[in-house]
Amino acid sequence: MSQRQLALILITPGLLLVAALFLYPLGFSLISAFTRPDGSLTLEWFAKAFELYSGDIVFTVIIVLTSCLLTALAAIAIAGTLTLGENRWVVGTLKALYRWPLFIPFIVAAQCMRTFLAKNGLMNNTFVSLGLMDPLSATSFLDWRGIIATFVWKQTPFVALLLAGALASIDRATLEAGRNLGASRLRVLVELALPQVMPTLLVALVLSFVTMLSVLSVPMMVSGSQPTMLTVDMAFRINAYGDYATANALGVITYLISAGAAILYLKRGMSKEAAP
Amino acid sequence: MIRLVSTARAALAAAVLTAFAFVLSGPLANLALWSVAERWYTPYKLPVTYGTRYWEQVFRPTGDAMASLGTSVWIAVLTVIVALALSIPAGYALARLKLPVRALFMVMFLLPQAFPSVAIYINVARVFYQIGINGTVFAVVLVHAAHGLVYSVWIAAAAFAAVDKDLELAARNIGASPLRTFATVTLPLAAPGIIASGIFVFLESLDEFTGTFFVGVPQVTTLPLLLYNAAMGGNYQVASITALILLVPSVLFMLFIERFLRADVLAKVGA
Repeated sequence: MSQRQLALILITPGLLLVAALFLYPLGFSLISAFTRPDGSLTLEWFAKAFELYSGDIVFTVIIVLTSCLLTALAAIAIAGTLTLGENRWVVGTLKALYRWPLFIPFIVAAQCMRTFLAKNGLMNNTFVSLGLMDPLSATSFLDWRGIIATFVWKQTPFVALLLAGALASIDRATLEAGRNLGASRLRVLVELALPQVMPTLLVALVLSFVTMLSVLSVPMMVSGSQPTMLTVDMAFRINAYGDYATANALGVITYLISAGAAILYLKRGMSKEAAP
Repeated sequence: MIRLVSTARAALAAAVLTAFAFVLSGPLANLALWSVAERWYTPYKLPVTYGTRYWEQVFRPTGDAMASLGTSVWIAVLTVIVALALSIPAGYALARLKLPVRALFMVMFLLPQAFPSVAIYINVARVFYQIGINGTVFAVVLVHAAHGLVYSVWIAAAAFAAVDKDLELAARNIGASPLRTFATVTLPLAAPGIIASGIFVFLESLDEFTGTFFVGVPQVTTLPLLLYNAAMGGNYQVASITALILLVPSVLFMLFIERFLRADVLAKVGA
């Protein structure tokens, strides 16, 4: 037996599992979204998906984009402070704190936020106790704001961790030179450090984008009301109506949204490579 | 004047840090409060009566939580076994053997992570339903293992690639068969990495919700599903206690990583 044959034999069981539990269902979702029960091609499931859920499609894209943007800003602030911070006490505290949500499951994060952001949750209660808020003006954040807050809370440590690692590995001399020439730390971060770690930041954000598109527990638990995210709509089409065709059309729409993020990333990578 | 500015800056830094700490720990503090709140209703800002009544209810041997914990751990253990049984040979082949279109195979194992998963899971559930295994532990283990293969295959391949080839050659030179060389030299040296990937797969399985939600219900109830049902049923105490139980392995893992990192950093001091 040649080495190649042995290698193929060793790798086949794993590939079979991926083929059976990923490739086959993926192919099935594509076929089911574009065909009638009799097998003829149709776009009627997409028409139905757009008719019923166009609001939720827009909602999902806005939620995920906003969450990614806020996650990026928070991660840049944290990673920037960790790398360029001069106050050892601040850097030490931040370092000890920021990673906490990293290994917390999404469903636990959702349960935390479900109580924390409620009308009478700990957040509003603390604001009222501190005199920052009038008890009557307390409102529940358990809607789109709650979903975004949960996503940002959960994903920021991941992006910040990768970004801090990348920032720590860039050449300190350019940053020191910038500081010596009188640039503020913010300016050094934005104009000297960030451009060098952009690829890392974008990879982390694309991964976060797909993750947020896949999470079912957070939109179900944090915001029960309409509008909601496509993951919840898909679960509803299946559980309430057994309507695989429309659910799969919605599924194809989520593939396209995530492909959009990946293409934007690749396009940027290519234009960068083309540049001198 | 300079002193005033630096005091103001320090105060600002302290305020920002305090706000950050509140945002970070507030949700967790709220969770902890709910787990020991026997009665808590508006307009009270803190629980009216504290107690461990719900903990007793959850940890009662006949309680749902203990059964769900058992199911969760059993599924996670089986998932690790399946994932490692598939990824150790695959990782070895990817790292050590001549393989046509190697990059394509690596990407194949990565793909399940690169797509939004809900649309995949609903179709897996449909197939499982047709062949009559929906709602079984076996079905849930398969779904978790497919998800875990990304980590286990990639980490196993890296672990095997890191094993010094000269040691394998030395074993072969003194007459060991290829299989014996693998069992006594390559595998033990790659073991730390493979164990790390196993821990990762275990934790992923323990925390997994979406796949179990479609493939396991209503017969298989893992801890995340129990948490979901309790939360949606309005039982915040049971939901919070379940969430805290789910946090334990995650926190242990984080402390482990932290120690590991610290040891790593310390080793470099003075080197």
